[in-house]
Formats: sequence, structure tokens, C-alpha cells
Amino acid sequence: MLHDKDRIFTNIYGFQSHQYKSAKKRGDWSNTKEILSMSKEDIIKKVKESGLRGRGGAGFSTGMKWSFMPKNVETRPHYLVINADEGEPGTCKDREISRHEPHKLIEGALIASIAMGASVAYCYVRGEFNHEIKVLESAIQEAYDLGLIGDNACESGYKFDFFIHRGMGAYICGEETALIESLEGKKGQPRLKPPFPANVGLYGCPTTVNNVESIAVVPTILRRGSLWFSSLGRPNNTGTKLFNISGHVNQPCTVEEELGVPLREIIEKHAGGVTGGWDNLLGVIPGGASVPVLPKKICDTVLMDFDSLREVQSGLGTAAIMVMDKSTDIIAAIARLSSFYKHESCGQCSPCREGTGWISRIMKRITLGNAEVEEIETLEEVTRQIEGHTICALGDAAAWPIQGLIRHFRPEIEKRIAAYKSMKLDAA
Amino acid sequence: MQLESFKMINVTIDDKEVETESGKTIMQVCEEIGIEIPRFCYHERLSIAGNCRMCLVSMERAPKPVASCAMPVAEGMVIHTNTPEVQKMRKGVMEFLLINHPLDCPICDQGGECDLQDQAMGYGFDRSRFQENKRAVKDKYMGPLIGTKMTRCIHCTRCIRFASEVAGVPELGAINRGENTEIGTYIEQALRSELSGNLIDLCPVGALTSLPYAYNARSWELKKTESIDVMDAIGSNIRIDSKGLEVKRILPRLNETINEEWISDKARFSYDGLKSQRIDKPYLRHNGKLVPTSWTEAFDYIKNKMRKIKGSEIAAIVGDLADCESITALKDLMSNIGSLNIDCRQDGAKLESNARVSYLFNSSIAGIDTADVILLVGTNPRLEAPILNSRIRKRFVTGEVTIGLIGEKEDLTYDYTYLGNGPTTLQQLIAEETTFGNILKDANYPMLILGQGALTRPDGSSVLGLTRKLAIKAGMINKKKSWNGFNVLHTVASRVGALDLGFVPTKQGRDINGILEGASNGKIKAIYLLGADELNMSKLKNTFIIYQGHHGDTAACHANVVLPGAAYTEKNATYVNTEGRVQYTRKAIPPPGEAREDWAIIRALSEVLNKTLPYDSLHEVRVRMTEINDIFGDPDEITKPQWVKFGKNLKTNVDGFVSPIKNFYSTNSISRFSVTMIKCADELTNLNSAID
Repeated sequence: MLHDKDRIFTNIYGFQSHQYKSAKKRGDWSNTKEILSMSKEDIIKKVKESGLRGRGGAGFSTGMKWSFMPKNVETRPHYLVINADEGEPGTCKDREISRHEPHKLIEGALIASIAMGASVAYCYVRGEFNHEIKVLESAIQEAYDLGLIGDNACESGYKFDFFIHRGMGAYICGEETALIESLEGKKGQPRLKPPFPANVGLYGCPTTVNNVESIAVVPTILRRGSLWFSSLGRPNNTGTKLFNISGHVNQPCTVEEELGVPLREIIEKHAGGVTGGWDNLLGVIPGGASVPVLPKKICDTVLMDFDSLREVQSGLGTAAIMVMDKSTDIIAAIARLSSFYKHESCGQCSPCREGTGWISRIMKRITLGNAEVEEIETLEEVTRQIEGHTICALGDAAAWPIQGLIRHFRPEIEKRIAAYKSMKLDAA
Repeated sequence: MQLESFKMINVTIDDKEVETESGKTIMQVCEEIGIEIPRFCYHERLSIAGNCRMCLVSMERAPKPVASCAMPVAEGMVIHTNTPEVQKMRKGVMEFLLINHPLDCPICDQGGECDLQDQAMGYGFDRSRFQENKRAVKDKYMGPLIGTKMTRCIHCTRCIRFASEVAGVPELGAINRGENTEIGTYIEQALRSELSGNLIDLCPVGALTSLPYAYNARSWELKKTESIDVMDAIGSNIRIDSKGLEVKRILPRLNETINEEWISDKARFSYDGLKSQRIDKPYLRHNGKLVPTSWTEAFDYIKNKMRKIKGSEIAAIVGDLADCESITALKDLMSNIGSLNIDCRQDGAKLESNARVSYLFNSSIAGIDTADVILLVGTNPRLEAPILNSRIRKRFVTGEVTIGLIGEKEDLTYDYTYLGNGPTTLQQLIAEETTFGNILKDANYPMLILGQGALTRPDGSSVLGLTRKLAIKAGMINKKKSWNGFNVLHTVASRVGALDLGFVPTKQGRDINGILEGASNGKIKAIYLLGADELNMSKLKNTFIIYQGHHGDTAACHANVVLPGAAYTEKNATYVNTEGRVQYTRKAIPPPGEAREDWAIIRALSEVLNKTLPYDSLHEVRVRMTEINDIFGDPDEITKPQWVKFGKNLKTNVDGFVSPIKNFYSTNSISRFSVTMIKCADELTNLNSAID
């Protein structure tokens, strides 16, 4: 369990002010100039050594991602883009950071930008986050006024500008290349890769897109050292992470914990336990809507980190834990997610455009039981036909929850279909 | 961005080791070694979208299958294109494309030439697992040319990419998202492009089909004749699809040096003009009215009339659609009669037939791809030659060319520097140091495109002289690089051929203005119009007019004798395009009624007049053409003429250049009678008035 002294987000609940004075007391901006005096390579090396993995869902090494940027700025400027288009159902960590710890984000953006040779960072914020945008804007103004960012950021000699861009409510714009398209003023549709953004990104220039949380933890890592960060959590799954616990728990909450904390422990310690007790648990979606659901048997023992969850054929995703007790109609729950993906598919590539609609319709029928048992096979196969065949990961995200459902709750579906058949028979 | 230099790399495709250049995509390399990859969205002349996912292949050490159309090859790649997994992926994608496709092939015009139909043979299932209702999409209005059946659309976005990339009119797009995605013009209107018909060819399914051709024929019933377009001077390569005695449709034919694989809407759709207002038998004027007659009577009538007229009182004018064979025959006939009054420049263009270099598009159309500065003088290529304009645009989007314009400020689908409106600007460019002058001077491959709008003026010769001066000053004539950047863009198909055949008066003869003047003051008593319709007929009131042509247009209404000729789809004939490239049209259908091939009419008339021409077959006419100018012995090639002196050095007037074409859809006797073209013109007027 994480000790209070190791917490990075000490104001995640907003008990203190988000403003500079208060943030400074919490340690933000305390020796930024010193950090900036390090060489770019050193900063990237330290982030690599900390083992920080991207907090947006894919879990790719942040330091590694930074090192893909060209070493020197040539004819094209470099950009840092911060992904605050938090749209994953169940996830609300970036929102807490934006409204309660904006200075961590701005400081992190400054450091990350300098490390990658960028002098401009864009923060793409989900449009619905009106309050958060206002907080961020006021924090940016403060930072400019105090000379923390601007022409001579923190008197480091570096020029750094930070801009906010409001999204318009499309889930797909959280995908990094669709986000770049949207930022450029186009329709948010993922781009083909390669070329990767580190080579051809925003306005055709080298760009790194990072999640809010990945950026906001960077200043603390550099201040307290990579060793400190990597000593937390488990090997290859280091550091702390914000978890959002929602659903059938007594006290839904956002909490910072070490990676590798047992699922049961985090639910019982921080969220007041499952409603009706642990034995009333049906299943948990451990990482936002896109990852497969886990039945109680796995939840009993599984650890909350990238690798442990992958071993049980799920994923950490955004670490948004959605708890469902036995009152839940699990088929209807997954069907709801399916219709979400159908609604949010950008429509660019065939498997996702046609497939999400198809599986969502089958799911709707299965929820009622109005289907044949053989259709479970069809459904499974259709998800396999989508998975991995699309331009971006939305296709995978639409396929996985259903695959999880069939894997763990197949008898439930068969029962539903049988019940519907006998009901029809009775009526006739 | 700097392109990496190409190097040779090794990849393994289906257990075959292949050495290839880096920078190519997997699909391109597969094509080279004969492996066919199914695809819908990929098109080699458009940007890569990678959205249909049909071309997925598996790559060793990659976590996911890759889209072969978009993935560049890299050293050591191992690709599999025919494993069971790959087959399964393709079948999966095919199933997705078909679940919401109406499968209405029996009533679909694309049937028989549909990519989806063809590939479904290989990757489709014989039954559907899809239990839900199919999606239906409301059809969109896209003008009089493109019929839409949007339910059939598979969202490959080829049409969107064509419109924004090639045609340069970003008016097509996808609205909504997910399965509700629809392709449309946003506000239900025709595409403001002269190339919109190409969307029909690009559409891999039957979503965008030809409206004029709708439900007319099945593709497998059509006779396909490879021919040449004559709607402009580009000589686009076309395929005429006919059934029975009717042209059913016209499609482009691949020719990288001319039209790539596009054709203009006029070339594609004016064929319905071939059916209306045709002259199908000879006519004679009796008491002010044209009455049908027989060939013999018509010829006898001409013979009797001609008996009283001296050779020098006769003139001949060649029109815009005349072929080289008939021009040759007419020229020989006129010289046998003893007339020197011949001209092919019915618009009065000051072109000089003795300097071939002065009237050709010397850089060649493909040469545009290398030009780094293009100066347009008195031309609106978008209306005069849309294919050439798209070539300029293609060069423009590479960002490696600067374009300047002297003339009318119009939307050409690309950015240009507007330099001025007339000869004064040309003089400034030659005499003074200007920004654009410096750009020209620093260019490696500068080119100048001189339009007919600058040459049909009274001071045309001087403008020609000025542009020659400019070409020399700007280094457009570079023998070392074998580059000639002096280009004349013609607007009519017959012009270059007629100039090559010398259908212009010698010093003693009268030119077009002389002929018209002579006709109005009685010095010219008879005139032979070979399809010449764009004349001021009021000057020919008292002249005996013989009109030979295929449409009852302006000239036929004023003629005393009308001889029915053949249109370009009805004869084997030679045309020379603006580059000086000799090409042949081929007979797809017979001429209507008693109409005959044009050279044969003149040959027959010559016999009646006792001035018999010495050729009896098409071959013999062509031999005669080669005698006159040996370029006719070299079809499909261009010969680079010597740079010589031409043009005049006289005073120019200050008026701005005006393009001779105002209405793109109505420029010759065929398009003027095409209902489709008239509808297009109306549509455009509506569009423009909506904006005003």
C-alpha cells in the first residue's frame, strides 16, 4: 500500500487551492530551473530509467517514446501534444489532475517539451471539461505572469508556450493521430502508421502525444529520482497510478496507488468494498470500457498492473475500475458498451465501421435472448474479424469486452437465449 | 521534407527473395513480382487512405497484419500474402463490406465491371450470416452527370480524394461517422469541376454511376473501340463503347503522356450530341429552303455553279473538328482548282504555319511534370484543356512549381501569382527587373503557355513575338537540357494538323479576314466550309456556300449546298494534338444515313469537277499527308522542331487577354447539341447565381 510520503498528487481531492501559491507549497515549480539545466538526453534517460509507462491506456514506455523524436530540431519545429480528451467510460483521472493539479501538468509539459526540443505544447482538452479548462487557463496565465513559461521559461533561456484546444466530444479524438487531425482542424480520424507522429505528426512535424497523467508525474520523478519511482510497484510496472473506482462499491473514488496493488485490496481499502460484500461481486472491468471483463474468481487474486492483467487476458487500460455486483445484467452492460463503440466509430475503415454496428445489434438481441445459440459463435468470430484489422485501436476496444463476456459468461448468454425461447413457446 | 535516397533492399514475399527499392509499398513490390493483392480504396493516382483493409497481409514480427497499400518495405521484411490467415482476414473484410451492401447487381449499372462483384467471387461467402436489417442511405444529388445510389457505397473515399487532390475542388466529403458515414457534396449540388465524370470510373462499386448512360446497356454487350477525343486540342485517349448504331458511352484510355487516365466531362458526355441535329443526307437550297437531295444532284449543282467562278474567287475554310485526311483532300482540291484562299484559323489566330515550333506545345504535356515555373499567358487552361490543367495542378501540389498568370483572373484550382492582364505586362517582364522575372531567370525548367486568347487578337503576331522574346530572355529554350519551354495551347482539335498540312494562304492568297472581306465585297464568290461553324455568317450573305459537316449548326443554316460528313466516332481519321502528336480515331459506328467519311466526299467531288485527286484509299491519303509533312509518318510520337524566328515586333494594344472559351460545355457543333452538356451549362449558371 502506498505511503502518503510517496504520493505524487497530493491535492487530487482539491482540498487545497489549485493556484500557484498552494501548488508551490506542495513542491511544484520548486527547482524547475535546475531540472531544465540538465541535458535533454539526461532528462529522457531519467524518465526511461524510472520505468514510467504511458498512462493513457497502451502502457508504452514514456521515455522510449520521447527518444523516438529526432535528436535535433532542424527545419521543422517539434511539438508536444497533451491528450486530455479523457473519453474512456469510467475514467476521470485526467480531469482531477486538470482541475486540482494544473501546475503539475504545466511544469511537466515544460520539462517534456524541452527534453524533446519542442517549444510549444498543445493540450487537447475534452470539450465538456468546461470548469477544468477554466482552471487550466488561469494556471497558464499565472505561469506566464510569473515567468515560469513564456519567452524565458523559469529563467532557463528556453522559450515555451502552452496552448489549450477544446475538443468537440468525439471519443476517437483521444486516439493520438485522430487527435492530431482534430487539432489541425480536420475531421477526427486516425491516420495510417507509419509514418509515426514522432516523424510526421502535427502539421507534418515531429510530435509526441502523451497522456495528462504521464506528463504530470514527470516533474516529481525528476525531483525525487528515477530510483524512487522505480522502487514503487512491481518490476516493469513501476510507480504510482491514479485509479478510478466506480460502480457497485460503497464509496466510489479516485485514488493514487502503487501499481501491482491487488484488485480486492484497492476496492476494499479505498472504495469501501463491494456493495453487499465481496461475495456479492459479479465481475470487474479493470481498465476502462475497452478491456475485457474479469469474473469474481480472477478478481479475488489479480494484481492491478499492466502485465498481471494482460496475463488474465484483460488490461490495465486507463485503470478505471468498474465494479459490478450480482444485481448487474452483465449482458446488457456489455451491450451498452457495444453501442457506445458503434456510436463512436469514426467510420473510416471497413471492419470497424460495419463491424461495430453488427456486433452491437447482435448484443442487443442477445440481451433479450432473441438469438440462436450458434450466434454466439458468429459474434465471437465477428469480433475476431475486427480485432487487429483496423487502422486504430478502436476496433480492438470494441471487440475485447465482448470477447471477455463470451469467455467468462457464456452460460449466462445461453441461459438467456433458452429463457427467451421457452417464453415464446409459452406465449404460443 | 527531404526524401531519403533510394537504396536497394531485400524482402521476402511468400518465400520469394526479392530485391527492390526502398520507399515502395508492399503492394507495389507484390505487383512487380506478379502477386495480386485485392484492394478497393487504393488507387495509384490518389493519396493512400488505407481504409478498406482489403489488402491486409501478414508480416513476420509485426503484432498485427499490415495494410500492404500503405506499408513501405524495409530491409529484411518477411511478408505472407496467401496463408490461410490472410485469406481469412480478407474474407472477413469482404463480409463486412457486403453486410450493408444491397447486392442488387442485376439492376446495377456497375454489374460486370464492379470491383466488389469481382472480388466477392474470390473472397465472398455464398450466404450471409447477417441477420439484421441492411442500412439504406438516401441518394444524393450530384448534378446532371453523376447518378448516385449511395446504399451501394463502401466508403473507400476514392471520390473524395479525387475531387480534392486531382480535380482541385474540395467539395466532396464524408459527413457523419461510424456506420452513418455518408459521402456527399454537403449541400446537394453538382461538383464544380470539368473532370467530375472521372468519379464514375474511380468508384469501385455502383454508388456513383453515369447518369446519361444509366440503364442503357450492360458492359459486356458493348463494342469497345479505341479512339481519340476531339473536344479539345489535347487529344485525350478514349474508348468508345457502342452498341448497334449508337455510341453508348465514352471512357478514358490510359496514356501517361497525355491524359493519364482522366478525361474531361465534355469528352465523356457530349456523345449524345452525335444523335441530334445530324445531317444525314445532302441538301440543296431551293427558294430559300434547304431540301433533301441525292449525292449526284448535289455534286452536279456544285459543278454547274463552279463553272462560272474563277479559282481565285473561291475560298475554303477548315473548321474545328476537321480531320487531317479531309484537310489534305480539300487543300489538294483547292490547289487543283487554282485557289490560294485557304485558311484553318477561323478564329483569326495569328499562328504561323511555317514555324512549327511557334504553334506547338513544345515541352509536351508530360513536360509539365518537370517544369519549375509556369507562366500562363492569355489562357484559362481549366476551360480550354481541363486535362492539361489537372496536370498543372498535379505539379502544383508537389510544391515544386511557381505559377504566374497574365490574363483573366480565374479560379484555376491552384494558386498563382497574378501578374497583369495583357501585353503591357509581357513587355514589363522582358524589359524590367521584376520579382517574377527573377523567379523565371532562376528556374531550371521554366515554361510559358500561350493561349489562343492572346493570339486571336489583331495584335496577335506581336504578342507571339513578345512571348518569343520572353522565352529567350528567361532561358526557356535550353538546348543542353533539350528543354523548350515555349508552348502554345490550342483549343480545337483540327488546328495543329491543319497547320502541319499548310492549310494557310500563301502571300498571294487571302487569309480568314481577307476571305470574309472578299466575300462581303463580292471578290469571293464561292466558299467551301469544312465543318467551319464559328464564322460571322452575315459576311457570307452573297456567297455561294458549300458546307460539309455532320451537324446542322450555324453554317449549315446559311449554306447553299450541304454535304453530310462523319463525326469523329464514325471515321478512321488523323488528328494532331497541341503537342504535335499524330493520333488516329477509329470508326466505332457508321455515319448516319447517307453521310460519308469526309475525305471521300471531297475525293468524289473532285472527280465531278474534273480535278480528280490522285488517291482512292485511306492509305493513299495518308501517304500523301506524309509527303506534305513527314510528321504524319510518325504516329503517337512527337518530334521536336527547330527553334526559329517567328512573330512580329509591332505595337501592341493595351487590352487584356480574354480566353476564347466562356462556356466550357458548349464549344463545338457536337457539344452544342448535346442535351447533357446543355444541362451542365445550366447547372453551372445556377451554381454561380446561387453564389452571387
